[in-house]
Amino acid sequence: MSKKNEKTANTSVASRSAVRWDNIKRNWYMFSRNKISVVGFVAVILIILVAIFQQYIAPYPEHSSAYTNFSAAKLSPNSQYWLGTDASGRDVLSRIIFSFRGALIMGVGVIMVAAPVGVIMGLLAGYYKGRIVSTIIMRVVDIFLSLPSLVLALAISAIFTPTLFHSMMAITVSWWAWYARLVYGAASSIRNEYYIQSAELIGASRKHIIFREILPNCWFTILTKMTLDMGIVILMGASLSFVGLGAQPPKPDLGTMISDGYKLLPDAWWLTIFPAAAIMLIVLSFNLLGDGIADMLNAKEV
Amino acid sequence: MAGFKYILKRMAWSIFVLFGLSILIFCIARVIPGDTATMALGSTASEHAKELYREQNHLNEPLPVQYFYWIGDAVRGNFGNSTQTKRPVATDIKEFLPATLELIAFAAILEIIGGIGLGVLTARKPGGLLDNSVRVTSYLGIATPSFVWGILFMLIFCHWTHLLPTIGRLSSNIVPPKNITGLYVIDGILTGNTAAAWDAFKHIIMPGTALALTGIAQSARMTRASMLDNMDKDYVSAEIAAGIPMRRVMWVYVLRPSAIPAVSMIALDIAAMLGNAFMVEQVFSYPGVSKYCLNAILNKDLNAVVGVVLVIGVSFLLVNIMVDIISAFLDPRIRLQGGTI
Repeated sequence: MSKKNEKTANTSVASRSAVRWDNIKRNWYMFSRNKISVVGFVAVILIILVAIFQQYIAPYPEHSSAYTNFSAAKLSPNSQYWLGTDASGRDVLSRIIFSFRGALIMGVGVIMVAAPVGVIMGLLAGYYKGRIVSTIIMRVVDIFLSLPSLVLALAISAIFTPTLFHSMMAITVSWWAWYARLVYGAASSIRNEYYIQSAELIGASRKHIIFREILPNCWFTILTKMTLDMGIVILMGASLSFVGLGAQPPKPDLGTMISDGYKLLPDAWWLTIFPAAAIMLIVLSFNLLGDGIADMLNAKEV
Repeated sequence: MAGFKYILKRMAWSIFVLFGLSILIFCIARVIPGDTATMALGSTASEHAKELYREQNHLNEPLPVQYFYWIGDAVRGNFGNSTQTKRPVATDIKEFLPATLELIAFAAILEIIGGIGLGVLTARKPGGLLDNSVRVTSYLGIATPSFVWGILFMLIFCHWTHLLPTIGRLSSNIVPPKNITGLYVIDGILTGNTAAAWDAFKHIIMPGTALALTGIAQSARMTRASMLDNMDKDYVSAEIAAGIPMRRVMWVYVLRPSAIPAVSMIALDIAAMLGNAFMVEQVFSYPGVSKYCLNAILNKDLNAVVGVVLVIGVSFLLVNIMVDIISAFLDPRIRLQGGTI
């Protein structure tokens, strides 16, 4: 809304940046009204920082690879190893810290590919609603959604050698269709608005209408879904690596750590509980942030 | 009449989707991984054996022709042999599917009763203790993979308190009941073998609850939200004013329209269970079709993967059709206007 005012008023650069600053301040105000969202936001920032500076934060960075020290194997949490050590004597805390990067890469990588592909498909199908292009796209989407995403991802990973990259690919293939369906719904209703018809009347190109008129109006919906999806995708990645279809040892990965750890229950409980808590923490933080952003974008004017 | 037409339309559509799904799965199984004969026979097989295999399985034909051979076999229930068990995949599926069905049916019943029941109870007292614990569970539940719940239950109820059996479908000292439906609990009750039924039931409590937990909390919250919306409507005030007992108003008149969003959410969640069952069955060494398929995936046994995935696709479609019928029953507007597919 403010973007349009900005253009028509032909404002100077200074007042334009003031408007932008105002926007940020208002959005932050709406976002921070819910304190839990702020907690999620801070937690996500911390998780990203930990993932970036893992080398410096982890107490034993060398434990992130195929390090062995059997004299210190399966120690329960103590003052030296805060979260205990695993079967080959590696510090659990260090390995959890090193696994954050993989989890974030998983989430961001999948969404960064699945969302644009799905959005473009959805925009095309929405714009050409009623034409053969739209029918074909949406029928293909229906077929991709006719299997639970996790099952499709598992089936696709069956044909690859298991690596983090391949499990990301498998999840992406089963994920883009959700974006296509979401954007199709929004785009096909926006398509009938008067401003689209006016744009067509004055001879705007299809490219202009799809990307400059329809897309900006779907943007909030897409953004909300993207933030809420981070948690779900990270969970799916953890599930795949839990059954051995994700990152391979000795690379630290939360799903793999749990699957190694639960076989040693009930004795070495710290090998299962702490990685599980770490997954919960990451996903919960992203969900809280996502909920906050969704509330902010959907909030009525205050 | 309109309702009947709607269901027919829905089914015709599902058959089309199923056809598309079979093409997708065929592509996954045949087009991408390279030489099918090498995959099936192993890289040590002689060139002659591979050629013979290709000849027998029509692998020298063009892909679309191969597809029609393949789908023709699949429709007749022939998915080829599993390289792991050396048996026809269909036989394996027939053996392992009932276990998974039993598990998912239990989880689904738990979720429907628990989710909707808790939804009504929390709607009666928003902000109460029950309401808050459901909210916390739902937040934690979404953030926790169901296999982690499974592991936690195992730790608490097997290792620490020894209340429930750990792994498998039956304890080793119990003989499986006579095979009627393949579901041990039902078979046990039908044949009067209550010991086996009870033992089988004890084995599905933990994996079933692990699968259903998140869904229970979420569907409870969804039911609660739409109950609270509907309780503001005029017809509810009229019913209360007319002296209809509050319990009847809540459980019958408010619940009926409020259950629709929860029902479609539960359907999506049952679909998610079909995926999560892969991990949960692994945790509990539960001999279901998902565990079978998982082993097939890890051993690149593509015939088995394709068979199981097709079966899951069909069950998913059936669940969706069922949900549409239930929603049409709950909401006459969908039934009478024919709805949208």
